[in-house]
Amino acid sequence: MDKKHKVSDLQSHTGVEVMRCYQCGKCTAGCVLASDMNYPPSYLMRLLQTGTKENYDKILHSNSIWLCLNCENCLGRCPMEIDIPKMMDYLRTRSISENKMHPDSKPIIAFHRSFLDSIKHTGRLYEVGLIAAFKSRTFRFAQDLNIAPMMYLKGKLHLLPEKIKDRRHMKRIFAQTIENAKTETK
Amino acid sequence: MKIGFYPGCSLTGSSREYNESVVAVAKALEIDLVELKDWNCCGATAAHSMNEELSLSLPARIMALAEEQGLKEIVVPCAACYNRLKVTQHELEDQPKRNRVAEILQMPYKGDLKIINVLQLLEAYGTENIKARITQPFAHKVACYYGCLLVRPHAILKFDRVEDPQSMDALIQVIGGTTMDWAFKTECCGGGFSVSRTDLVVKLSGNILKDASDRGAEALIVACPMCQSNLDMRRGAINKTLDSPIDIPVIYITQAIGLALGIGAKELGLKRHFVTVEL
Repeated sequence: MDKKHKVSDLQSHTGVEVMRCYQCGKCTAGCVLASDMNYPPSYLMRLLQTGTKENYDKILHSNSIWLCLNCENCLGRCPMEIDIPKMMDYLRTRSISENKMHPDSKPIIAFHRSFLDSIKHTGRLYEVGLIAAFKSRTFRFAQDLNIAPMMYLKGKLHLLPEKIKDRRHMKRIFAQTIENAKTETK
Repeated sequence: MKIGFYPGCSLTGSSREYNESVVAVAKALEIDLVELKDWNCCGATAAHSMNEELSLSLPARIMALAEEQGLKEIVVPCAACYNRLKVTQHELEDQPKRNRVAEILQMPYKGDLKIINVLQLLEAYGTENIKARITQPFAHKVACYYGCLLVRPHAILKFDRVEDPQSMDALIQVIGGTTMDWAFKTECCGGGFSVSRTDLVVKLSGNILKDASDRGAEALIVACPMCQSNLDMRRGAINKTLDSPIDIPVIYITQAIGLALGIGAKELGLKRHFVTVEL
């Protein structure tokens, strides 16, 4: 049945069997951001168990998958050892490839992209560059202007990036993975 | 004692005091840290949120380099890097994933590198040996804050107890400190949302600080750069949400040990914190 296949893709890719969840709610009880999510983790598990496309899309459109911090508390406490954080990683990549991202994801994705751009070019994170790129992506130009001078005075900011020698290797890794549509998580 | 050393990006920038204190303590204890040559970023939260193969390839390059450079064991002080390296090593036990990553990297990868965090390094060195070198006991009541990435997922990291870890507490007790039971030992500080969702970090980190402060902690002790920067650099914003401001400092385990070993505050990077450290 077509409506089931998205959940079975999720299962085959992450090894998570959604039917194992018996809705005890420990994940939600321990999730530090459950109250900020459209659907807390145990509710999200239930939506997946229904297997409908409608509910799957609800998840891809939700802010839950973006607010998940991957703190792994849910997995640590799950009596069935269901790897919800791994599932969240998968659902995020699906949400992007199907262009269903919740508006709350915008600053989070902007941060991730700025972070990865920095690594791609220099091999290491260049924090000043990261913040500049993040601000230009989100137009949050005034953010953190109060802490940046202090960071500089405390010697916490490099004005120039640190570069690794084998930057071609970095470019190759990016070209073969995130920039290669064929290898994208199916 | 000689061991490989992967600092990671935070330790070269916003958390350079962690690097300084790790290096200073290692020197005092005569541990020879051999920094991995040409190391790259582990990819952190950004990589695993955006692309699985990238999130495996970046840590795999680090481990392959260590193997190539003849290192059998590396210490990874940053809890986030430690977590990414350990999880990747575990994921790459799967042969198809390992083949794919080898193809991306074009480097041999054996997967037998031993990866330890800074608490494990100090444990391996021996608490008796540390005790013998104490010149100024660290006579303070503190809350040891482990956060998420040092202890979870337990099935892969196999380090300490998942709900009430004790390894950092034990080290603090060795140097003369008093530790406490408290409720937020392994709760998340908001991690990588420091810039993208500062509001959430302020909420979560505020809860952590408040509990430690209510129970009379003179300081929080950490082993993760993200925890430290959220609890320290975001203190101004956190205090705005609290009824009364909290001024207890957040220091790295290596800084606490360094103080007990008689190493100067400046050498340990204690002047780099936003919240003044007077311990």
